[in-house]
Amino acid sequence: MIRLRSETAKGVALSAPATLYVGFLVAAPLVILVTYSMWTQSYVTIDKTLTLANYREALTDPLVRLLMLRSILIAAAVTVATVALAYPIAYFIAMKAQRKTLWLLLITIPFWSSYLLRVFAWKLILGFNGVMNSALLAVGVIQEPLTFLLYNEFAVVLTLAHAWAPFAILPIYVSLQKIDPQLLEAATDLGNGGLERFLRVTLPLTVPGIVAACLIIFIPTVGDYVTPSLVGGSDGKMIANLIQVQFGAANNWPLGATLSLLAMLAVGFAAIVFVLSATGLGRRIR
Amino acid sequence: MTRPSGLTIYAMLYLAFLYLPVLVLPLFSFNDGTIVAFPIKGWTLDWYRQLGAQETLLSALGNSLIVGLISAMLATSMGLFAARAYVRYRFRGKEASEGLVMLPLVVPGIIVASSMLVLFISLGLKPSLTAVILGHTFLALPFSVSIMKSAFDDFDVSLEEAAFDLGSSAVEAFRRVTLPIVAPGIVSSLLVTFTVSFDEFVLAFFLSGNDPTLPVYIWSQIRFPAKLPNTLALGSLLLLASILLLVVAEYFRRRSSKSTM
Repeated sequence: MIRLRSETAKGVALSAPATLYVGFLVAAPLVILVTYSMWTQSYVTIDKTLTLANYREALTDPLVRLLMLRSILIAAAVTVATVALAYPIAYFIAMKAQRKTLWLLLITIPFWSSYLLRVFAWKLILGFNGVMNSALLAVGVIQEPLTFLLYNEFAVVLTLAHAWAPFAILPIYVSLQKIDPQLLEAATDLGNGGLERFLRVTLPLTVPGIVAACLIIFIPTVGDYVTPSLVGGSDGKMIANLIQVQFGAANNWPLGATLSLLAMLAVGFAAIVFVLSATGLGRRIR
Repeated sequence: MTRPSGLTIYAMLYLAFLYLPVLVLPLFSFNDGTIVAFPIKGWTLDWYRQLGAQETLLSALGNSLIVGLISAMLATSMGLFAARAYVRYRFRGKEASEGLVMLPLVVPGIIVASSMLVLFISLGLKPSLTAVILGHTFLALPFSVSIMKSAFDDFDVSLEEAAFDLGSSAVEAFRRVTLPIVAPGIVSSLLVTFTVSFDEFVLAFFLSGNDPTLPVYIWSQIRFPAKLPNTLALGSLLLLASILLLVVAEYFRRRSSKSTM
């Protein structure tokens, strides 16, 4: 009993700096953000009477609604695209590849580099006079530069589907690795063909990996700033751009705080809906 | 070798997609023209040579190094103790604490950045390198904790107990037995957390004020087409630096944990 208590004391004491540090930097800004969101600002003076005016303004402003909805939809599209593109690779590495470690290393190395620079590279690749268009023109595949590559939602989704690739591949790979080969043999013995076996055994067993990948990708993507700024153009702007403007050029911190909180709520709500429907779906498959 | 299957071909194409952006930057950084497009006009090292003379760049580099080093040390020391607690002891609130410490990984960057800005201003801390260091320590902590956890996972507790039996105090046993054994993990954690800070943009953009870090400096240069070749050269150097640092980190991480791969 004494030993147990000292174990608790040691554990709590050793983990305290990290826990308190993160705890403070999560909780304190939240409190201040909520406070700020109920203040109002006109020009440079902040009116500290508590009001819900910012929320009213944010929720009725069509621009906010548009950007919030677009952020959620783009994040959803990015999640679907990334997972769909990554699944075959995870499957290949887990089931077919002979040198798994080498493959895992190969797919992670490009991501050991600055995110900002990778997005910047995509901007150069997709540009009107960019790498892709000039290469296609030189080869003769196209006669004039493609205009749909840059400054739209497509560019945002493509860039982010690249940026998140390993975050989709790795969890799906792990869940594929866990599958007992005997289950696959049993399915074959019971007369399942390759596709049927995949749909009825492999895919359902990797649902946890897919759900994990979706959450890891979806949540941060809603609030992404760099990609919409660099490759999104005006059609691809997202909520993070509007938040940044409030803290920067527009200098309306109370509204910025309100938008941050609303974005957080929207992400949380969407994630919960997703997890609930995924677990429901998972149960129905079984 | 038999004929490659459809899946193998897909894997190759996907790999090309993954490497495309990180190869484009270096390729065109040697291009003797100011437009990033084919055909390449000729090869030059001029864009690299010009970098050394740009004072704002050098001071941004200095800022990034300071921020990276201090954040890496702060995150690694907190991560070291927390990981030891998680691996070694069972205590109330352990799961909650472990979950909380991983939170910085999933919160959208803009929300972390805006909320920290508001917090620091309220506490009287103006945007500065100090603010960036505090923010980067927060972001780097989960990386340190997970690396140190895998280092402690493979640590044989009986070695420490032997030190106690031989009359060492707790501090002495930690310093002379535990620390040397998990040292590769610490090196790995320092390198990874340094790189996390070195490459981070959004938080630094909000918090750095008048002292830009390197990514913030690059952001300011991206807008100027005339500066493009220099930005490419700088970006290529940074890509190379990050990848080298993390390759070394990975080497140390594998040395520290025999069991993983």
